[in-house]
Amino acid sequence: MKRASLSRQRLAALGLLGLPLLTYPLLGLPSGSWAGIPAGYLYLFGVWAGLIALAAWVAERKGS
Amino acid sequence: MGKKILIVDDEPNIIISLEFLMKKEGFEIAVAGDGDEALAKVASFAPDLVLLDVMMPKKSGYEVCEALRADPARAGLLIVMLTAKGRDTEVAKGLAIGADAYVTKPFSTKELVAKVKGMLGVA
Amino acid sequence: MLLSGWFIALLATGYLALLFAVARFGDARADAGKSIISANVYALSLAVYCTSWTFYGSVGRATSGGLSFLTIYIGPTLMLLFAGVILKMVRISKVHRITSIADFIASRYGKSQLLAGLVTVIAVVGVVPYIALQLKAISASLAVLFAQAGNDLFPWWLDTTFLIAIVLALFTIWFGTRHLDATERHEGMVAAVAFESVVKLFAFIAVGLFVTYGIFGGLGDLFQRAAASPELARLFSLDSGRAGTWTAMVLLSGLAIIFLPRQFQIIVVENVDESHLRRAVWLFPLYLLLINIFVLPIALGGLLHFQGQAVNPDTFVLTLPLAHGAQGLALLVFIGGLSAATGMVIVETIALSTMVCNDLVMPWLLRSTWLQAEKRQDLSGLLIGIRRAAIALILLLGYIYFRAAGEAYALVGIGLISFAAVAQFAPAMFGGMYWKQGTRAGAVAGLLGGFAVWLYTLLLPSFAKSHWIGGGFVEDGLLGVGWLKAQALFGLAGLDEISHCLLWSLFANIGLYVVVSLNSRPDATEARQAERFVDIFRHAGRETDARLWRGSASVEQLVALLERFLGPARARQQMASYAASRQIADWKKMSADADFVHFAEAELAGAIGSASARVMVASVAQEEDLGLDEVLDILDEATQVRAYSRELEVKQHELQAATGELRAANDRLRELDRMKDDFISTVTHELRTPLTSIRALSEMLHDDPRLELSDRKRFLGIIVNEAERLTRLINQILDMAKLESGRAEWTTGEVDIGEVVREAMDALGQLFRDKAVALEGDIPASGPVVLADRDRLTQVMINLLSNAVKFVPGGTGRVQVRVAVAGQRVRVEVADNGPGLTAEECNVIFEKFRQGGNTLTDKPQGTGLGLPISRQIVEYFGGNLWVESRPGAGANFIFTVPLPASEE
Repeated sequence: MKRASLSRQRLAALGLLGLPLLTYPLLGLPSGSWAGIPAGYLYLFGVWAGLIALAAWVAERKGS
Repeated sequence: MGKKILIVDDEPNIIISLEFLMKKEGFEIAVAGDGDEALAKVASFAPDLVLLDVMMPKKSGYEVCEALRADPARAGLLIVMLTAKGRDTEVAKGLAIGADAYVTKPFSTKELVAKVKGMLGVA
Repeated sequence: MLLSGWFIALLATGYLALLFAVARFGDARADAGKSIISANVYALSLAVYCTSWTFYGSVGRATSGGLSFLTIYIGPTLMLLFAGVILKMVRISKVHRITSIADFIASRYGKSQLLAGLVTVIAVVGVVPYIALQLKAISASLAVLFAQAGNDLFPWWLDTTFLIAIVLALFTIWFGTRHLDATERHEGMVAAVAFESVVKLFAFIAVGLFVTYGIFGGLGDLFQRAAASPELARLFSLDSGRAGTWTAMVLLSGLAIIFLPRQFQIIVVENVDESHLRRAVWLFPLYLLLINIFVLPIALGGLLHFQGQAVNPDTFVLTLPLAHGAQGLALLVFIGGLSAATGMVIVETIALSTMVCNDLVMPWLLRSTWLQAEKRQDLSGLLIGIRRAAIALILLLGYIYFRAAGEAYALVGIGLISFAAVAQFAPAMFGGMYWKQGTRAGAVAGLLGGFAVWLYTLLLPSFAKSHWIGGGFVEDGLLGVGWLKAQALFGLAGLDEISHCLLWSLFANIGLYVVVSLNSRPDATEARQAERFVDIFRHAGRETDARLWRGSASVEQLVALLERFLGPARARQQMASYAASRQIADWKKMSADADFVHFAEAELAGAIGSASARVMVASVAQEEDLGLDEVLDILDEATQVRAYSRELEVKQHELQAATGELRAANDRLRELDRMKDDFISTVTHELRTPLTSIRALSEMLHDDPRLELSDRKRFLGIIVNEAERLTRLINQILDMAKLESGRAEWTTGEVDIGEVVREAMDALGQLFRDKAVALEGDIPASGPVVLADRDRLTQVMINLLSNAVKFVPGGTGRVQVRVAVAGQRVRVEVADNGPGLTAEECNVIFEKFRQGGNTLTDKPQGTGLGLPISRQIVEYFGGNLWVESRPGAGANFIFTVPLPASEE
């Protein structure tokens, strides 16, 4: 129970981290492009994928 | 040919008194001031009996006794432990690891001589 | 020819049949007790969120708004991370047999029929446009295919959209209302929805890959070509000018993911295992990410390809493959879009029909005389009939909206109208889950206010745009009042219409909810429900629930009630399992206690909603009306019991801690006892050793009169020495004992340390000279003065000096004494050039009877008590005594004594 609540808190912390990362003004920072792909596009999907990966790690860890 | 006794103690004055006492009774005497020296003297002097103090620096009397008892060649060696600590547990421990007799300090010279003679079979 | 009308119809029918088979399989497995709803299926079923709006509309939105279409998917990603909130919602719903979001809100605020109805109306009105959007998407996709194939299937007078609505209604009815389930769970439907999610993702990624890598040379190529046109480059630049809209959309979609009726149905009502959330938290966002990767590339590809042609961007996913002759792919996309639309329509209409049936129709029916007259009849068939009618009605409404307003809006616009409507549930929901003070009056006021603002600023303007009603209130304000312009309320212009609506509607909603809640008093039922909802994780047991109901009822009447609404077979089955859980063999022998009444009400709530269930139970049970104060007392008591048990727990911890402390103290005592025993044993040894020499030598002197004179003299000398040693030892042991027990006598006064040191050096001068050891002093001429016992300080100095002279070699030995003031302390050092000490020895020499020098040759003439006594003395004066030394480098004994605090 305590473990579960802790992983819920970790997930919520991820949510609070994701909000500023995926909104303006931080969203306005990336500029230019990489291998022809716009940096903003890469940034959005990169941060998004990172959040999902972290959430998966937190949620699926053994014993949690 | 007289019996040989090794006296082991870290107090010089006790060695002096024991050495004098035993020589007077006609025993051949060697002395050692600590455990290591005692083991060396047992090898070189080949005593029939060891008067062994318990509380010694470096190697205690118990350790010396155990080392001597572990050597099958010295099976006939008699060991008399001397201790100033008179607790029952220490007496029991000394006898348990193979001492033949246990004498508490301060001892009566007559009784000690009688005990040693008795053990060595010297009338 | 792949694209004949008949083939398309056959394909669509075949696909729907396959869906039906999946659903039947899921239901069959559920009936057999072998649920196929795994964590993965649950997570995939959440993707019912991705409707045809996502499938067709995202591309359309990307062609005008660039990356902002992603907000609709970022919001849910972030919302799901707050899994604790969702878990609480799920737990509450399970405990209270919640069957819909209307039921949830109504149940929380005292099982209010008014609230249930209000939420239902908002949900239906709000979501109908969304259903219209699905119809529009299917008909638009068909139009694209038929434009290629030529419509040889339907006569011109038949409206395909209407046909689609009818097919979907029949399909949903067939699908979702086969039986009345106590928990309103439809495992077959969930399985089919999860299956559809896979199909639409597969189709979308296929077309994405085709456009990006088939038509163009990859992502890089596509973006570079688009970058050449400033108009297209604008689409993938992130413009901070849209910051407000962006954040508003994230918030809006984050709320929609849990408050859209179909999402609530799937996430909360259809959840079979709370642990499935753990998977959904990341798998569903991953799904969203995957289905969105190719949206912008397809949009850019379409714009590049169809430059200058009038092609609806919403249909790019179809028109691009068709333009390149990939007819098979186009059909796959059509199936994917069909999946997205049918999945949404099925779940949404089932969720809405449950709400309409339980929260609008039943309350009205229960009051009607007709139902009273039919008292003995089984009503479960009637319930299913109502739901089926509701499904047909909702789809009809959707079709009407499509006809009325559909053409004026792109797909995305319609979807957002629905999102903004369901966002109105947020204050009442979140407040209800976390704020006990929130009242029914507050919830009603908030919902009404928010809904009214939504109607005025969003829905009505959408009608005006399609010229269904006049647009004056949008252009000039209601009745010509400027600050009432529907999309620039109070002069707030410059926002897009959705952000504008969200801002004002939530402002009105939250404001009214909070203000009215704080100024109204809940009735007894409300207070009880508030407690049970907010503290759901604490109310594990049913004790409080049971105590909150008092009255009398008969088992027969309650059973009759259950049989009417659940059908006799199902009612008996539920009764039997309830009896089994209470270890009662025959349910007919049960008594109608509070627990049983609760069970019956919960079972009914699963069928007809909590508000109606409460009314029905009240009609057969003579319930004593507990006043609000009484309810609050009971709840208080429950709170107190919790407080007591927490206190008890604290006490127990304290007790354990105390036991631990006692044990530690006991261990310490035993250790002290052992140390004392050791001490006595050591003292005995130290006393007996000189005694041994004295006794042996005196006996020999006594027994042997013929002893030579030289021996006699030698022996007597030893005896005298050992007797002295014994005396010294006894004195020091007594001294030590006095110091340790605190019974030592101290005469404290001002002492000149320099003088004390000089005196001690003088006193031992002869000893140093005898051994030819140099003794040097570095001492101030006068002072420093400390508060201490002069004799005791002298004792310390003499001890240190005599130790030093004992250990240095004769002839070359050298001892240095220094006295200095360091800070607030006097520091006295006695340094020698003796053999030094190991680090270990530096510590042990301060223990009793531990002497330095371990070999027979330099057996010291000490008692082994000098240093421990010296340390005790110095510490008594508030100072320290220690030694700094290394083997071979001499030893430096240092003690400090604090200077008296200077008096100003």
